Amino acid sequence: MFKATQLNHRNRQVESLAKVLLLLVTVVLIVPVVTILGVLLMRGAPLLSIEFLTTAPTNGMTEGGIFPALIGTIWLVAVALLVSVPVGVGAAIYLSEYAPDNWLTRIINLAIINLAGVPSIVHALFGVGAFVLFLGFGTSILAASLTLAVMTLPVVIVSTREALQAVPQAFREACWNMGATRWQTIRSVVLPNSISGILTGVILEVSRTAGETAPIMFTGAAFFLPFLPESVYDQTMAMSLHLFVISTQVPGVPEALPYAVALVLIGMVLVMNAASIAVRTYLRGKKKW
Amino acid sequence: MEVVARDLSVRYGRKVVLSGVNLGVREREIFAIIGPANSGKTSFLRVLNRMDELTTGMSYSGQVEIGGRDVRTWRNLYALRRRIGVVFPLPVGLPLSVYDNVALAPRLAGITRRADLDPIVERSLRRAALWDEVKDRLSALGSLLSGGQQQRLTIARALSQEPKLLLLDEFSIAVDPVTTMRIEDVLKELRSELTIILVTNLVQQAQRLAQRTAFFLTGECVEIGDTEPMFSGQVEDERTRDYLGGRFG
Repeated sequence: MFKATQLNHRNRQVESLAKVLLLLVTVVLIVPVVTILGVLLMRGAPLLSIEFLTTAPTNGMTEGGIFPALIGTIWLVAVALLVSVPVGVGAAIYLSEYAPDNWLTRIINLAIINLAGVPSIVHALFGVGAFVLFLGFGTSILAASLTLAVMTLPVVIVSTREALQAVPQAFREACWNMGATRWQTIRSVVLPNSISGILTGVILEVSRTAGETAPIMFTGAAFFLPFLPESVYDQTMAMSLHLFVISTQVPGVPEALPYAVALVLIGMVLVMNAASIAVRTYLRGKKKW
Repeated sequence: MEVVARDLSVRYGRKVVLSGVNLGVREREIFAIIGPANSGKTSFLRVLNRMDELTTGMSYSGQVEIGGRDVRTWRNLYALRRRIGVVFPLPVGLPLSVYDNVALAPRLAGITRRADLDPIVERSLRRAALWDEVKDRLSALGSLLSGGQQQRLTIARALSQEPKLLLLDEFSIAVDPVTTMRIEDVLKELRSELTIILVTNLVQQAQRLAQRTAFFLTGECVEIGDTEPMFSGQVEDERTRDYLGGRFG
């Protein structure tokens, strides 16, 4: 009665074939990652050192370190976060907890989706028009960070909203029935239990912001500056732009230099992503319901 | 607190779930509402603490008076809800410590000092028959307690509001029989202090606990009467007799 039939046999063969093919396809996607990292390590690692990270470029940017670019990227990311996190988290809270299902809410959601799809070069031109020229900030960290903030706002909003909606509705109903206002409910129950999701979104935003070139190119980042920025109104160098510049604009650059810069940039992104995964794993382990 | 409903109709959007309900609940009685699913029993409860305001599409017409006052005249609905305790079908332990679960309502009402909160928390947990099981682990997460404990935690939360009216919506469906019995004992004790409206689809539960019972059927309040006579067959409406006899449900 349980003897294997022809059909069973064929099913098992197809199952094995499917499993192998899908595994191959998955492995294939590791290849580019490994290759990129491998090549960067091989060609760029020789130049890496503490000095590389802490001194400025010299000799027409063909020698020396990347310190000003590193500091610049940190400035840009920090200011962008300062703007996009409150705005993004606030917007997500409104959309998830307060917004009624009417035409206005639908338009807002549509706007967010569209904002996410705008090419970064268009963001760059918007940044020039809105922040550099119209608001008069000039080419500065402020203008560049605001451009980056606008660009990464959808990421923060969407991941925050998902984190908020992962909190069961039953908790909110329990609080409302006790006479709590929506804000009291958000403050006591919803927000504290969404922090991990929000943090994940923020960290992902950081890794994206650190690597963008176009939005900062015309709005505040400069090819080379002999001094470090002192306020948000100054221009600055940045890692992503620096990589572009020494790869294409500067003559006589030793072959290893761009690889080393790229390695540091990717290193930053990898560290961010690892931090995000660590945060998520830790908080997921603390199962709360 | 007495509850009076006059010509109450409830709708969600255009769908009418309850119409023409006239009933009164006396102070300090346990009043049961029985009936099959989708009769409007839960919707009735939700109007009492004005949850129609927080539910999209829900609206009601007619008059509802609690403690002699029309609930439409309360401008601060949060204050209204604070005076009414609600227990849901599914046990809800908030992802806070047991202590914070029960202290939440007093904190929302402005009581912040530990010295003031401690006695409230203990009293509420004792009245909900949960104190002995949690007194040594008040910092444990409320959402990780067992189902029966979470339901008693919900009752403790409701009692921390010092309500005059307690609404229970099929509280025993997700809870084991032993806990159900304990909660029924709690309700019997609470009856001397507050008014209790108990929605249940367990007909025997109504018989055990309630002084008077209302029978709801597909959006209509078919009959209201004293529980004992009703259950022994002295009904005004055939449908009530059929339901109590288990002929449908």
